[in-house]
Amino acid sequence: MAPCHSTFDFRLYDFQTKNMKLTLKIWRQKNAAAEGKIVEYPIDGIEPDMSFLEMLDILNDELIVKGEDTVAFDHDCREGICGMCSLYINGEAHGPDRLVTTCQLHMRKFKDGDTIFIEPFRAKAFPVIKDLVVDRSSFDRIQQSGGFISVNTSGNTIDANTIPIPKHDADRAFDAATCIGCGACVASCKNSSAMLFVSAKVSQFALLPQGKVEAADRVLNMVAQMDAEGFGNCTNTGACEVECPKGISLENIARMNREYLSASLKG
Amino acid sequence: MAKSALLKSSIAKKVAMALSGLFLVLFLAQHFFINMTSVFSADTFNSISHFMGNNPLVQFVIQPILIVGVIFHFIMGFVLEFKNNSARPISYAKNNGAANSSWASRNMIVSGSVVLAFLLLHFYDFWVPEMVYKYVDVSPLNETRYFHELAEKFESPVRTGLYSLSFLLLSLHLWHGFNSSFQSVGFNNKYSKSLHTLGYAFAIVVPFGFIFIALFHHFNH
Ligand code: HEM
Ligand code: SF4
Ligand code: FES
Repeated sequence: MAPCHSTFDFRLYDFQTKNMKLTLKIWRQKNAAAEGKIVEYPIDGIEPDMSFLEMLDILNDELIVKGEDTVAFDHDCREGICGMCSLYINGEAHGPDRLVTTCQLHMRKFKDGDTIFIEPFRAKAFPVIKDLVVDRSSFDRIQQSGGFISVNTSGNTIDANTIPIPKHDADRAFDAATCIGCGACVASCKNSSAMLFVSAKVSQFALLPQGKVEAADRVLNMVAQMDAEGFGNCTNTGACEVECPKGISLENIARMNREYLSASLKG
Repeated sequence: MAKSALLKSSIAKKVAMALSGLFLVLFLAQHFFINMTSVFSADTFNSISHFMGNNPLVQFVIQPILIVGVIFHFIMGFVLEFKNNSARPISYAKNNGAANSSWASRNMIVSGSVVLAFLLLHFYDFWVPEMVYKYVDVSPLNETRYFHELAEKFESPVRTGLYSLSFLLLSLHLWHGFNSSFQSVGFNNKYSKSLHTLGYAFAIVVPFGFIFIALFHHFNH
């Protein structure tokens, strides 16, 4: 009888695994107060099917062996849902691919011999903590200022599904709700504006009956907090929409502008 | 909400920018139609210019509003540019803006500044002499001087060239600005697609129309 390992021909897969040699140019910064700089790391043996973060894991393994400080970067779910991973890769948030987070980006998007710049998301409101890790708690404070609805959960809560909502509105609210708060919109915007994020968080409720009650306060408070955090002003370049891993639409920004104007005129 | 907080908010600034921009678009449209008549009929151009130059509503209400509008628009443009630049104190070592946005949208301050320089030249060329003629020298009314004044200015190839270059930049300014202003005031719905087409058409037809007028007078002199 043939040995069992010979029944599966791994060579079939060989055509996909041409190893790549790359030059990484990575922003290194010891801590929030330190000055940072770009440091060059050659790396070899990268397979096209690896994810971008796996590639960084390999780099870090090599740095550990050499006794050097590993490159700090954010990640959690590694499947595109938590919004933790960031990185400005070759001049674009989450790299050159569309509608993906960095953890969903694959090395096949690059070519053997490429030089890849890896930088933190940059904005005054996203200060660097270490290397590629930035503090995005400004987003949390914007959320806390109004990105919620007040519901009594004492036991006689009305099931949301019993409230009739037009399908079109429900769909658009859901689309807005898919924002994972990653901050790619801010990082990509030449003005470091947070309008796409905030407008998604405003829209997901503004479109639903449950959100109407607090609609005016919500938009006024969230925009006030957004401004206080030091984000820039939107000039409608549309870079955010292109780079957003969840395809959040600029329509949301127009909706927020309407909501804001009507709320302040009533005000 | 306190009104002062509203006026300081980023969205209020954005809307003010959009409204002043749209106002300038309207101004530009009427200026375009009036100048176009100079290609077809010197008489029509003269009589409209005479009306615009001597109607008290145009002179003492609309003209000051326009001047305030222009000044507001470019000062606000510089203020926002400064504020937006300071929102990213450390810039990227590598940034690929072309991957996600148009050159025109990223360089409104560049195209706007060229238009501003043009406006200064334009004031020096037409507006200052006009004011001196009417209000300083108090020269007699002459209903047929306008066409000649216009055509004479475009004799100079340098001026014709500078005008044409500025209108090229104005075209880029409007390529982004026209549609951007509707998004800023919250207009984004099923009509937006058609509106975008109109915006792009305006951004091409009007500036290139002005270039045509300048070249027309230059070569027909
Ligand atoms: C006839 C002259 C002009 C017209 C018709 C015009 C029109 C416009 C329009 C429609 C917008 C879009 C507003 C928005 O995005 O909400 C805009 C934006 C802008 N304009 Fe002008 N503009 C003119 C002159 C100028 C001048 C002289 C400057 C001086 C620097 C300037 C600087 C800017 C800037 C920086 C913006 C972008 C600001 C933003 O989008 O928030 N413009 N302009
Ligand atoms: S709008 Fe898009 S890019 Fe911005 S935080 Fe949400 S998911 Fe990220
Ligand atoms: S690690 Fe969770 S989205 Fe990338």
